[in-house]
Amino acid sequence: MSTVATDLRQAVEDAAAHLYVWALKDIPQDLRDALAAAKDRETSVPGRRVLETIVKNVDVAEAENNIVCQDTGIAVYTCRVGEHFPLHPAKIYEALKIGTERATLNTPLRSNAVHTLTRENTGPNTGYRLPIVHWDFLPGWDGLDVKCIPKGSGSENMSFLKMCVPADGVKGIKQFVLESVVGAGGKPCPPGIVGVGIGGSADYAMFLAKEAIARPVGTTNPDPEVAKLERELFDLLNETGVGPMGLGGDVTVLSCHIEHADTHMTLNPVAVNYQCWAARRASAHITPDGHVDFDREF
Amino acid sequence: MAEHRLTFPTSEEDIRKLHAGDLVTVDGHILGIRDRTQIRIFDQGVEPPLELNGAFLLHTAPNVRKLGPGKYEPMCVGTTTSARMVRFTEPLGRDHGVRAIAGKGGLPDEAIEPMAKYGMVYFALVGGAAALETTQIEEIEEVYWEELMPECLWKFRVKDFGPLWVGIDSHGNSMYRDVQSEATKRLEEIVAGL
Ligand code: SF4
Repeated sequence: MSTVATDLRQAVEDAAAHLYVWALKDIPQDLRDALAAAKDRETSVPGRRVLETIVKNVDVAEAENNIVCQDTGIAVYTCRVGEHFPLHPAKIYEALKIGTERATLNTPLRSNAVHTLTRENTGPNTGYRLPIVHWDFLPGWDGLDVKCIPKGSGSENMSFLKMCVPADGVKGIKQFVLESVVGAGGKPCPPGIVGVGIGGSADYAMFLAKEAIARPVGTTNPDPEVAKLERELFDLLNETGVGPMGLGGDVTVLSCHIEHADTHMTLNPVAVNYQCWAARRASAHITPDGHVDFDREF
Repeated sequence: MAEHRLTFPTSEEDIRKLHAGDLVTVDGHILGIRDRTQIRIFDQGVEPPLELNGAFLLHTAPNVRKLGPGKYEPMCVGTTTSARMVRFTEPLGRDHGVRAIAGKGGLPDEAIEPMAKYGMVYFALVGGAAALETTQIEEIEEVYWEELMPECLWKFRVKDFGPLWVGIDSHGNSMYRDVQSEATKRLEEIVAGL
């Protein structure tokens, strides 16, 4: 689908409103394929039935034009802004916020946003510093890519950080990821995508873990060393037997994605951000003249 | 693994027939509750506005559309992570005669004893399968404590609600405890081989 708006700020707002709802209703194809394959290879009786129910649920949502899961999440966007894109990021942020509100009120969607101390609702899935936006700025380019990732709380609550020491090495990283996923059990709606951020600093490792869950199933880290670790962890995680919804089985995770950054010689941070099977995401590309292309990946 | 069909509210006798791992489909009335609903009942000491005896409690905060005063249409009704609310298990059974608590991800082991003592079960739903569950809800009959929206106390009439697994039964068994102890054992073996 593609649209053209003359007002660029309006185009970004409309795109956000569309992306949020689209992501909630329509599970990406890579994930559908991964769930179908998981269903076929699962041997435990409850595990298989769970996966059959999940696959059926994705189809029911489509047939009924309903959202897949009731948790509309917190709206997280990743933005790649070209150096020559003619709308300032402050305006992009404002447009994303209003778009999120419009989607929430017009659909209508459940609003989850509350003040973190008073727990009072702060707005239609918006509030102070909500939505959350990850920014990336690209030189020599004039476009804007926006990806919306409504992040459910059941899986977000299963986020873990450990400041391993260099002597813990790769073994320490593996052990921490395995312990995190076994400890999470059925709470984050497995099988999902395990996002791992390594290196950088404490906050950046968690940022990277969130970037990792936004990747489609089947993608690998471009660094061969990191990609090898992704494969090893994927196999080990599925040996734990936690299974679909923590009821036991062969499929504990659909994928393990790792993002990394170089770090200090005395640091070895490991962050785990779990993404449930309903790993929702939707993207749009916006040109400087307000032309919007909706596609799953940009 | 046996399969059962139950209509709620139900009796202790029927609940005692269920065993961990069984598959259950439910008809009748179920009540939606969440963190704030139970904080109000137990921490703030407010009497629930309706009878909980024999009840099926679903951990949920639904997406709804308001039709008129106190009247809502279900848009997308699913379930939430139960573990956060485990401390309410004992008083729900002891003081209110609740028979079933349903949600996702299981309840920690501290729920096993009160469930055995008071004749309760934990039902596991497929977390996230909300579009499907919504088709099993016939009507939202009542809403209490609307000011807690969406964490109100909801009364749903359901048909063919499920599939539900008996995650914890009233005989001291828990699928979660079994899976966790097996996974912990495997984890130790994996880590030893790293
Ligand atoms: S963890 Fe994901 S699938 Fe499960 S209830 Fe939350 S948003 Fe839905």
